[in-house]
Amino acid sequence: MTTISSSYDPVPELAHGNNYLTHTRGVLSWLFTLDHKRIGVMYLVGILGSFFLGGVFAVLVRTELLFQGEQVLTDDQYNQMFTLHGAVMTFLVIIPGIPAALGNFVLPIMLGAKDVAFPRLNLASFYLWTLGAIFFLAVLASGGLDTGWTFYTPYSIETNTAVIGATAGAFILGFSSILTGMNFIVSIHQLRPPGMTWFKMPLFLWALYATAIIQVLATPVLAITLLLLIAERTFQVGIFDPKLGGDPVLYQHFFWFYSHPAVYIMILPAMGVISELVSVFSRKHIFGYRFIAYSSIAIALFGFLVWGHHMFTSGQSNMMNMIFSALTFSVSIPSAIKVFNWLATMYKGSISLATPMCYALIFIFLFGIGGLTGLFLTTLATDIQLHDTYFVVAHFHYVMMGGTMIAFFGALHYWWPKMTGRMYSEMWGRLAAFLVFVGFNTTFFPQFVAGSQGMPRRYADYKEMYAGYHFVSSIGSYIMAVAFVIMACYLLHSLFRGRKAPANPWGANTLEWHCSSPPPHQNFDEQPAVGDCYDYSGLEYDTATDSYVPKSRTAVTT
Amino acid sequence: MAEETLTTAQSHGHGHGEHPPHLAHHFESPGQQFDACKFGMWIFLCTEVLMFSGLFCAYAVYRANHPEIFLYAHKYLDTNLGAINTAVLICSSFTMAWAVRAAQKGQQGLLIGLLALTLLGGFGFLGIKYIEYEHKFHKGLLPGAQYNPTVTPGDHGNGDKHAEMGDHELITSEHDAGNAHTAPPGAAPARHDEEPAVAPTGVKPTEQTGLEKTTLPQAAPPPAGRSMEHDHAHEHGMTGRPNNVHLFFGIYFAMTGLHGIHVLAGMAFIAWVLKRSIAGEFGPEYFTPVDLVGLYWHLVDLIWIFLFPLLYLIH
Ligand SMILES: [Cu+2]
Repeated sequence: MTTISSSYDPVPELAHGNNYLTHTRGVLSWLFTLDHKRIGVMYLVGILGSFFLGGVFAVLVRTELLFQGEQVLTDDQYNQMFTLHGAVMTFLVIIPGIPAALGNFVLPIMLGAKDVAFPRLNLASFYLWTLGAIFFLAVLASGGLDTGWTFYTPYSIETNTAVIGATAGAFILGFSSILTGMNFIVSIHQLRPPGMTWFKMPLFLWALYATAIIQVLATPVLAITLLLLIAERTFQVGIFDPKLGGDPVLYQHFFWFYSHPAVYIMILPAMGVISELVSVFSRKHIFGYRFIAYSSIAIALFGFLVWGHHMFTSGQSNMMNMIFSALTFSVSIPSAIKVFNWLATMYKGSISLATPMCYALIFIFLFGIGGLTGLFLTTLATDIQLHDTYFVVAHFHYVMMGGTMIAFFGALHYWWPKMTGRMYSEMWGRLAAFLVFVGFNTTFFPQFVAGSQGMPRRYADYKEMYAGYHFVSSIGSYIMAVAFVIMACYLLHSLFRGRKAPANPWGANTLEWHCSSPPPHQNFDEQPAVGDCYDYSGLEYDTATDSYVPKSRTAVTT
Repeated sequence: MAEETLTTAQSHGHGHGEHPPHLAHHFESPGQQFDACKFGMWIFLCTEVLMFSGLFCAYAVYRANHPEIFLYAHKYLDTNLGAINTAVLICSSFTMAWAVRAAQKGQQGLLIGLLALTLLGGFGFLGIKYIEYEHKFHKGLLPGAQYNPTVTPGDHGNGDKHAEMGDHELITSEHDAGNAHTAPPGAAPARHDEEPAVAPTGVKPTEQTGLEKTTLPQAAPPPAGRSMEHDHAHEHGMTGRPNNVHLFFGIYFAMTGLHGIHVLAGMAFIAWVLKRSIAGEFGPEYFTPVDLVGLYWHLVDLIWIFLFPLLYLIH
């Protein structure tokens, strides 16, 4: 086997063919691989495919809402489209997006390890994800689903759409998520290299660790909830069915006990990505490392105590409403700590507006709006007015799409050279980022206004007074669609025609940039030295390769 | 392609020098691998506990809101059979723990015997559970809509001595009582099929069913200010059958059914470990699978130890 002569070799040794992509060949060598990098890439392909599918549903929904009256979908089809858009985007894209695809690729390398702790479980979790995705496709083919992604009882017990198929799919996806979480927790505990203490870990790993805790602790509750719902539909057990004396609000408690923490499964890895990007592209040590690390854990723990804010209008007692409201306000503290630390990191930094950094800045802006509008919904009095309106829709799209998906695309552009060994076009990258930003705000900002004026969510039609907002919103969704088509084009183009990626194009100092692009099969030929991963003083820009290399030995020692 | 896979496999095998046979390439030492596996198992057990916790929560909510259902319906369960099953599981947990020790000490014969005994315990448990389930299926002691009892509580035998005293009559009257239950005094009882329409997406199922205010059968909303708390003893009379007894069986079958599936899974794991120990794969250097299966089996046992008093021993 060939070895890489130096991890800092300015020219990647692709000629030798010893990287994880070329290590073995053939379709089977991918399908049965235990290599975390290949599993991450397979996840990525599946997730991007699901994102495309969910995006098509979204465009259909927005097209139906372009004008008043019926455009392209009947009312029933409309119900199914927004349900499938929500279910596909949540369960297939956003939840596994950053941890399972990018986290799988990066986590072991950041740890200087050869693989995750349980490679076979990792592959199993990928196949469970695939199986869950197949269930969703089957639901799509067999008449759809019209319950909304929350499967609220009693309607989900009564509707004759494919609730069992969809909930079984979500159950399987939950299993996949649990296995990934277990793998990450054990990997971070057991595989850290000598010298990497907890507080020397990159913040992305802290975020993945906090995420994994939620995945492991919350997902089983969703599993039992969905099992009970399936039992309800097949055997009329009666636990959630008011006709049989059951309690439908109990279902809501169970569902949100998972699904609120799931919101943090979605956003925490995104925050971890931003912590990396902001520091690297500001050429400055991350500000407030420990605060960011602890705030991830704090969010994970607080996230378990706030689920009741989804039921302010479901008949909870006032006392519970007040308690959940207060606890929900408190979650904004660790979130704000992160935002302020990112801003402080950028302060007086030497900011380079490379594509990943563009996404990081978009994230901070959109997440700021998403987070602050959440406070309106946490306030009991205003929530009565805003509950189930487009204000809520806009709020969670600002957090989920404007937060998680934007960070996902930032991370994708950041690690793309490492994963594929190719550089994409910066010019097109920035243009797409700009269009996503413009399209996103055009789509969702009007929804805040429409929602605050009473436009209810989930309706296939609307009154004259909301026509303008809906029209602008739909136009915005087309702008975003164009942006994503552009992104797909230049990324695919880079695979074939892109410049070969240097080992360290961004000048980052976490361990994945210490191996070649793409990394060799075993990640490292020898255990890499662990230092401060946010200290960039040891790197200098090399014009010949347009990348960063370690300062020459003499310069370092003097 | 095949050739290349072979060469890489070899290069792995040789590249790391003195690797023990069971050590995966990404671990430094067998000790690290064992720790990782055991830690992973504990995390998995946490997820199992949380999965059951959903059911325990449902149990707690219904027990707190409708204690009379539990007091009445638990008499349908046979405490003796439950107690025997508890003993069976505890014994099998003991043999399992002993089997782990035998594996650690390299006592092959003992290990195989103990694992076989543990497996036998699993079969015993499921056999007794089958007897209990079968009885309930026969007597209509089923959850939800299938609930149609042909026996009275406390009758676990085959004879239907007390039974059949106009059961159908009782059932219908129960339903009527159910409807009257939450209706305002004097108002006409609302029928099930006259439920208020629910929003198409089920966003607001009912306004009145907050967790702590759960009312039994859903009916017309009560007038404002009326307390939802009912004096159940008064409502049903001290001797009467409470409403919605079937909810107990919904919870009973959900909890014991999920537990039963876990027993089955545990038995499959034990059989797998048994097969491997007959092949002589375990010894003082490598006993991780026995240890992990043991942990899982203890959890299954532990969950039953909570289920038994919660379902069978209600006072
Ligand atoms: Cu929430």
